[in-house]
Amino acid sequence: MLQAFYKIQSKEQIGKATYSFVIDCPPLAHESRCGCFVHVQCGEKPLRRPISISEIDAENGTITLVFEVRGEGTQWLSERGVGDEINILGPLGNGFFPEPDKPAIFIGGGIGCPPMLGAAQTYGKNAEAILGFRSKEHMILLEKFQACCKCVDVTTNDGSFGTKGFVTDVLRDKLQSEPDAVVYACGPMPMLKGVAELCAKRQVKCYVSLEQRMGCGIGACLVCACKTHEKDGEHMRHVCKNGPVFDAREVDFHG
Amino acid sequence: MADLRVNIAGVPFKNPVIVASGTFGFGREYDRIYDISRLGGISCKGTTLHARPGNLPPRIAETPSGILNSVGLQNPGVDAFVREELPFLAEKDITVIANIAGSQIDDYVETVRRLQGTKVDMIELNISCPNVKEGGASFGTSAKSVETITKRVKAVAEQPLMIKLTPNVTDIAEMAAAAEAGGADAVSLINTLTGMKIDIETRRPLLKNNTGGLSGAAVFPVALRMVWQVANRVQIPVVGMGGVTKWQDAVEMLLAGASAVQIGTANFTDAYTPLKVIMGIEEYLDAHGESCVTDIVGKVRPW
Repeated sequence: MLQAFYKIQSKEQIGKATYSFVIDCPPLAHESRCGCFVHVQCGEKPLRRPISISEIDAENGTITLVFEVRGEGTQWLSERGVGDEINILGPLGNGFFPEPDKPAIFIGGGIGCPPMLGAAQTYGKNAEAILGFRSKEHMILLEKFQACCKCVDVTTNDGSFGTKGFVTDVLRDKLQSEPDAVVYACGPMPMLKGVAELCAKRQVKCYVSLEQRMGCGIGACLVCACKTHEKDGEHMRHVCKNGPVFDAREVDFHG
Repeated sequence: MADLRVNIAGVPFKNPVIVASGTFGFGREYDRIYDISRLGGISCKGTTLHARPGNLPPRIAETPSGILNSVGLQNPGVDAFVREELPFLAEKDITVIANIAGSQIDDYVETVRRLQGTKVDMIELNISCPNVKEGGASFGTSAKSVETITKRVKAVAEQPLMIKLTPNVTDIAEMAAAAEAGGADAVSLINTLTGMKIDIETRRPLLKNNTGGLSGAAVFPVALRMVWQVANRVQIPVVGMGGVTKWQDAVEMLLAGASAVQIGTANFTDAYTPLKVIMGIEEYLDAHGESCVTDIVGKVRPW
């Protein structure tokens, strides 16, 4: 775990308000695993912004961060350019523990897609992806997923691209043809809840990557709480340290 | 090189920078970023007699130059603190302050009793947590109850006792005087100022607890004023905190009368803040020909 300044090697606007930064950070790239995140200082803002690691290139010592402009902090970040240095704390969180020889279904909702990409890449031809967006204009990373997965389905709420509806509509059928698959999902809470319920019903293993308003990012301040029901009872876990990836069966989606 | 050592109520600190309760856990996490033995002290996460799960999330919101939090004293309980956290801190070269909270005086007394004979160097009594319904802060808002709880806990504590004061009162100096009258060895201030933030689209407060405690740079001028007023009122040492984000803030606190400072929210912005503050104080002292940090405590020249 390190806190240091790293240079933006390349920058691309990949969606309406979504940016992709490749960061030159060999020490970070070597320590990172897919599903981890970094905590990025944004100008004078007192809180860092947690951003998931989308892709890791250990050989070239880079990581790719994909983020959406949501407020003043991410706006500031989006205004940084190639060559600028940004202060990053990371890698943080537990990340995914892939079993690449098994079939896996990666589900991303909106800005929940980027953290799925690196994991999907490790599964290669055993990976399928279902990506959900509000509409075609919010779609991101489709080609990247198509390049590594054997099959990619897209859903949009308004039907402007792919299947009209939600990721769960596609997942329902997919679980029929891939009953042994492991499901990994990241996206808005209602989507994760729907995915988790569907997987529980079909007895399919499901891991969800959660988002919560965060403080320190390393497990010291205890603000990013998530209620879980585990074998030994109820716990208040923390997204930054115990997560962001949780076994979906343990997460209390109402808490 | 100036001497940075301070002694607060008989407790030695190698420098006047302490990390504040609730922002630094029990030290393990930040120790992965830098060796926490470089710090003067650590005020541990607020600990209660029994484990507490804390409030429901969201527990944090950002505000102009500050944050609101409503963690609600999530902690493993005093026995787990002694058993599982203290051994790690005992291995470090750092002064350990246990921060104790509760909902009844008997709970405070029993919690502190269980810290006797342990490696805890000092006790900070949290009678000012704004995020727990059943008490905490209620002890800190009347002079009479401040004096009573101080007296009761002092009777069982072999370690020096520091009372952490809430700013959510009309006259914080009166509360400090009450703590002193009750036998407190030091006071620390300020805890967070109660605040609120509303999402205008959902019309819901950002915090699930509706209100929370404001900290960060936004509160610094208020904290500084209160430290100055309290330092002028009591004879016991004052530990200053509230929005200290850079070494200049720490020097202001010392000049206002604080014997040491605590750093909290700034850890989230830059994990290295406490180390930068230590270096900055040292350079300031050297540049001003001061040989000891204690020589500048209370040296503000008011108009």
